[in-house]
Amino acid sequence: MAAAPEPQPLVFPHRHLLSSDKLTGPEIVSILDLADRNADTNRQRTPKRDVLAGRTLINLFFESSTRTQSSFELAAKRLGADVMNMNVATSSLTKGETLIDTAMTLNAMRPDIIVVRHHAAGAVELLSQKVDCSVINAGDGAHQHPTQALLDALTIRRAKGRVSGLVVAICGDILHSRVARSNIDILNKLGARVRIIAPSTLLPPSPERLGAEVYTDMWKGIEGADVVMMLRLQRERMDGSYVPSSREFFHFFGLDHDKLQKAKPDAVIMHPGPMNRGVEIASTVADDARSVIREQVEMGVAVRMAVLEAVARHLRDGDDKA
Amino acid sequence: MTGREAARQKPPLAFINARLVDPETRRDEAGGLVVKNGVIADLGPHLRRTAPEGVEVIDAKGHMLCPGLVDMQVFIGEPGAEHRETLKTASHAAAAGGVTTMVVMPDTNPVIDQVALVDFIQRRARDNAIVHVHAMAAMTRGLKGEEMTEIGLLKRAGAVAFSNGKSSVANTRVMKNCLLYGKDFSALVVHHTEDPYLSASGAMNSGEVAARLGLPGISKTAETIMIERDVRLVEMTGGRYHAATVSCADSLDVIRSAKKRKLPVTCGVSINHLTLNENDIGSYRTFFKVRPPLRREEDRVAMVRGIASGDIDVIVSSHDPQDADVKRRPFAEAADGAVGLETLLAAALRLHHSGEVPLAILLRAMTSNPARLLGLHSGRLAKGAIADLILVDLGQPWVVAKDGLRSRSKNSPFDEAKMQGRVLRTLVAGETVYPYPQPGRT
Repeated sequence: MAAAPEPQPLVFPHRHLLSSDKLTGPEIVSILDLADRNADTNRQRTPKRDVLAGRTLINLFFESSTRTQSSFELAAKRLGADVMNMNVATSSLTKGETLIDTAMTLNAMRPDIIVVRHHAAGAVELLSQKVDCSVINAGDGAHQHPTQALLDALTIRRAKGRVSGLVVAICGDILHSRVARSNIDILNKLGARVRIIAPSTLLPPSPERLGAEVYTDMWKGIEGADVVMMLRLQRERMDGSYVPSSREFFHFFGLDHDKLQKAKPDAVIMHPGPMNRGVEIASTVADDARSVIREQVEMGVAVRMAVLEAVARHLRDGDDKA
Repeated sequence: MTGREAARQKPPLAFINARLVDPETRRDEAGGLVVKNGVIADLGPHLRRTAPEGVEVIDAKGHMLCPGLVDMQVFIGEPGAEHRETLKTASHAAAAGGVTTMVVMPDTNPVIDQVALVDFIQRRARDNAIVHVHAMAAMTRGLKGEEMTEIGLLKRAGAVAFSNGKSSVANTRVMKNCLLYGKDFSALVVHHTEDPYLSASGAMNSGEVAARLGLPGISKTAETIMIERDVRLVEMTGGRYHAATVSCADSLDVIRSAKKRKLPVTCGVSINHLTLNENDIGSYRTFFKVRPPLRREEDRVAMVRGIASGDIDVIVSSHDPQDADVKRRPFAEAADGAVGLETLLAAALRLHHSGEVPLAILLRAMTSNPARLLGLHSGRLAKGAIADLILVDLGQPWVVAKDGLRSRSKNSPFDEAKMQGRVLRTLVAGETVYPYPQPGRT
């Protein structure tokens, strides 16, 4: 052990990554440390490694996604894995088939890791109970999106040098957001002060119980924030059901320079993408020097590499026993 | 030039020998009052006999000087049905009736569901109306009860409250979201409470009279169910809620229990339901066809008691001009609605003269209570308050003649009714907009 090749030990006693609430603070920190090194390696000319050589990863996306799917694909390939993309949202593979049958079918192909996105909360966990391989949650309904929260935490840590003690304001559709739920959890575990800002129609009941201060007035909620994280508002929610119109939403809850002035002068601006410019964020703010939206995408690959590496240690015949 | 600008240029005005009544504080004493720059500069017993130097003096001859009325439910025809009523004609009827602020309902064509239309009402009122006009905006687009309007932007544009007009929002989820979303902006939701399925095709109050007349009935349950539902939604969301016009004793029980639980719930009643009942319909008199329908005498008495006890917060005229074409029809096919701006005060005073409701409490329901609900700085007789005032001869008898009404439509249920109490003068922001008698009129 004394001659371990890793400079710091990776703490990750999990076969799957299903939800942020299964991770402890030290585990999160060790993933971020590993991802931090990956980020530096990724900027070199030959970032490719062979940690996952001979391993098979299936990207199983029941909901279409461009950035998360390609981010996982790239992360896996950089680590030497074979990647198969199954875009179930557009394929006929699961016609009439239940989620569990799909899981059994894929399991029979003996993959090592399945990355799953599904529109129903809890679907990824259900699937994980039926397969022999590792399962990584790439978003299940309005429940969890743990790798997004990890990459957000890493982005904040690199921009600010720390997460602990920072005021992070998460603004937008909290009610339907898996990104918000994962982030509130992980940022709290890292010692940040989390605020959530939304109209009451886009907040779950008893929102304060999630571990955040609740604001329905954005000008107040953003005051003194170190980080302003905007969430995507889906178009079908701006038609008078949850919010009267995109115009009204932008006026009261969109991030523009006027509201941004209330935040700390060096506040960073984040968005998990894809952005609706002019709905939740003004174009000029999205392109502002304080925006770290593109860094978030970059950290996405680094964090997903770290997560894959971490779960790979628990794979059958895993090389973590070396 | 607006009334306020005109008033600023006018010399100060003083009332002496008046009975000063401020319903909010229950001030009721002999005294005088000075108006300067559109506001009440001073008032009190010390001005009873003598006014300051250099002001125009009006001898009130002991008559009541009180705040002008705030009527929070006025239907007009502008835009879209100007043949029935315009902001201008309604405002003249209002001034003659002692109403200095009218809140106009969104049931127009087009519906007032956008910022530009609130702006339209305000501009038209500024140019044509002689009393204050505020818009109540639609809470759902086109009043269809499906999609919320831009409550935040509409409120910023000046909408004082949000309503679904003459229809209830049947979809419970939509109603919940309107209350929940409105709460963030402290918006007041004013709801017509009538279950559309239970009341469908009804023409009058369900009961013996309807049975004898062979008319389809509207049960009071249709109203009570809707209020019960809404109160539960208020409990769930915390939104501010006002039942526009209650009409039966059972509804009042629901409101009373909601108030006891400290919920942000208030309610109003129309003058028709305080002074008339279903028997007035007689032989199919369509001028008595209103929504909600006139109820039994027991319900009317319950409404009067509700005003006296304070369980009912507001009295409205529910002024709803309809032309002869839509009123002169078989009862079930005739339009609902009655004009009321000009008779609101006189009809309400019946409750004072009969001893059923003390004067201050009666007036409060038409002045400071609606003003407070709507966030308006009027309805008060106090130093510094806007000089929206009426001088009223509480004893003067008169008979309503529909052809003498200033409203463009003449569908008054009080035609030929004997009234006691007449507005002698109406001031809006310090300017006299109605003197009685008017030159050339009776």
